[in-house]
Amino acid sequence: MKTSSSNSLQKAIRRWGILFMGPVLIAFIIGFVWPFIQGIWLSMCQFRLISDAKFIGFGNYVKTFQDASFRHAFWYTAMFAVVSLVIINVLAFIVAYILTLGIKGSNLYRTVFFMPNLIGGIVLGYIWSMIFDGILGRYQTSILLESKYGFWGLIILMCWQQVGYMMIIYIAGLQNVPGDILEAARIDGATSMQTLFKVTIPNVMSSFTICMFLSLTNGFKLFDQNLALTGGQPFIIQPGGTTIKTTEMLALNIYNTFYSSNTTSQGVAQAKAVIFFILVAGLGLLQLSYTRKREVQQ
Amino acid sequence: MKKKIVSTMLCAAMITTMLAGCGGSDNGGSAADNAGSTEEAAPAGDSADAGEAAAPAAGGGSVYWLNFKPESDEVLQDIAATYTAQTGVEVKVVTAASGTYSTTLLSEMDKSAPPTLFVIGNQAGVKDWKDYALDLTGTAIANELNTDAYNLYDETGKLVSIGYCYECYGIIVNPDLIEKAGHTMDEIKNFDGLKAVAEDIHSRAGELGFDAFSSSDMDDSSSWRFTGHMANLEYYYEQEGTPWTECPPTITGKYLDNFKNLYDLCINNSLTDPKELATGGHDAENEFKTGQAAFFINGSWEYEAVKGDVPNATMIPYYCGVAGEEKAGLNCGTENCWAINSKASAEDQQATMDFMVWCVTDPDASRKLVDTFGVMPYKSAAESTNGFLAAADKYTADGCYVMNWATNFQPNVDSYRATLVSALNQYNADQSDANWEIVRTAFVDGWANEYNAVNN
Repeated sequence: MKTSSSNSLQKAIRRWGILFMGPVLIAFIIGFVWPFIQGIWLSMCQFRLISDAKFIGFGNYVKTFQDASFRHAFWYTAMFAVVSLVIINVLAFIVAYILTLGIKGSNLYRTVFFMPNLIGGIVLGYIWSMIFDGILGRYQTSILLESKYGFWGLIILMCWQQVGYMMIIYIAGLQNVPGDILEAARIDGATSMQTLFKVTIPNVMSSFTICMFLSLTNGFKLFDQNLALTGGQPFIIQPGGTTIKTTEMLALNIYNTFYSSNTTSQGVAQAKAVIFFILVAGLGLLQLSYTRKREVQQ
Repeated sequence: MKKKIVSTMLCAAMITTMLAGCGGSDNGGSAADNAGSTEEAAPAGDSADAGEAAAPAAGGGSVYWLNFKPESDEVLQDIAATYTAQTGVEVKVVTAASGTYSTTLLSEMDKSAPPTLFVIGNQAGVKDWKDYALDLTGTAIANELNTDAYNLYDETGKLVSIGYCYECYGIIVNPDLIEKAGHTMDEIKNFDGLKAVAEDIHSRAGELGFDAFSSSDMDDSSSWRFTGHMANLEYYYEQEGTPWTECPPTITGKYLDNFKNLYDLCINNSLTDPKELATGGHDAENEFKTGQAAFFINGSWEYEAVKGDVPNATMIPYYCGVAGEEKAGLNCGTENCWAINSKASAEDQQATMDFMVWCVTDPDASRKLVDTFGVMPYKSAAESTNGFLAAADKYTADGCYVMNWATNFQPNVDSYRATLVSALNQYNADQSDANWEIVRTAFVDGWANEYNAVNN
């Protein structure tokens, strides 16, 4: 009897599924798939208005790879993504661990730590630039004067914003660690450190997977905080007038390229965006498959 | 059975909302095809206008003005509504948010109903948009002009855009404070005079209760006063009397030391320590209005804002130590230049042209526009009431030379200025010769570099 009802349910899902999926599918195609395909097409065009694009082949990609600023932005972004990934996840896990120990006021702390997530990136960038300069001003310098300040400033900002979000995911994971395993460990005489590293962490690996994926891709895609905090400053101005925008990340580099006044710059920016997509998607998938292997099945 | 009914109802509800969604977008689409719905066209108007507007739009074309000055938006909406009420021709005014005009233009031009009237304000704009601009030579609006000084041409001599107002910039002064400090405006006739007065005020700031210059913040909301405007003195003198007609591939920076003279005076005799300028946060206009500072680097558009608090405010030229600068006038020019979209339909182009001519000839409309724009260089437009532009005219009448806006030729302007800001930040923090050399590199070599980046 039970099987027949679940069969009829599956039939119904098959029959009506497309209808229920339809609106989302259409929205997804209009809002994502189509622009994405158009974007790939435009990366091989010279254009100012997208309705006026002229096909030119792979010239934009050649220019992209010759562009020193893009290479600099890539390495800078990669460094930022790795450092922020490590720091954000370590901090988020520590906070989550402490807040699941059952100390008083845990819920209040969770709320407080999560709050920064609700503020938009541009606002955060400007607020933090004032905070940093309020401090650095005492030492006669500014976040816009030293690229190392810009780098660590952005790390601090991102930690402040993201730790709370990742913390929530870790808390959910920690609460799902089965109590009987923990109890068994205690009875076997495991120290709390042993319990943490041998029992708890392996059991929350799925949370690590998702958090690391999120913080890695967030790090690569970072734009508004970067724009508002330093906007790429300080520049190294080389003899001959060429500049290296020392704190410019990939997304900002693409944006700056797009709005520069060369006739080919829109196409080049589009080519950069396609490369950027492949890069972020590739790295994200790589990281996913790597941490997935370390997850334990409960 | 019950389940089936529920699911059928759910599906029906969903389809309804979907269709409703499509219906909505259909309406939006057709409104856009008509160059904007009537609400957008005349926000100040009532529904009676809407009825009138809809009828002639079918045969007579309509106007869509993409405006780039947020501070003028209110007046322009009012003008648009008045025109619609008088003639029945739809006029839609959309204003780009501050600092986003070029990006807004880029996206608006790609729409099915692009702007028919837009702004091409400098040579970079001409380069980007000349293919989309109608040649205005000999047209009705060109015949209304009383000067050719504020028009922009492309390299083939096509009249791409024409100035609808002009502005001036220089050093805004509060003469009352100068007198309070025991000086007179007559002492300031060249850089030495300015320097003596400014340094004296700064040295006695504690006792006087005000300082010489207001803050020179280097954030985006303020840095253009230096990288765009004050930089003009270098370009102006470098032209050596023959104004550039197109962007030169290189500049020499021959007068950069004069820029340095004025810039140094400005940052070192100010309310704010130069080391605190990088991220900004000071309100220079307010410092001037509240009498905390006697000098304020800005332009004629500030007149409306300051005249209430500083009724005697006037404007003096950028004195910077160039020989013969006693005969200098203010920096006059414009980035407010109308262009008509060459890809718009003939009816829309005609409607736009009629609207432009009305703006500069109708007494009431031109009065309102002149009050917001300062002055309009047209034969029948209203007289200006702007004190700073009056000062500019006075200098010209006294035989002083007008400093044209050579700064409009800055190549790849956003990037060029951003580089200059970065260099000036370093210099502000430590005013060493080595750091000034970096400013020089950004100013001079940066020009050639950006020129190549745009023209390679």
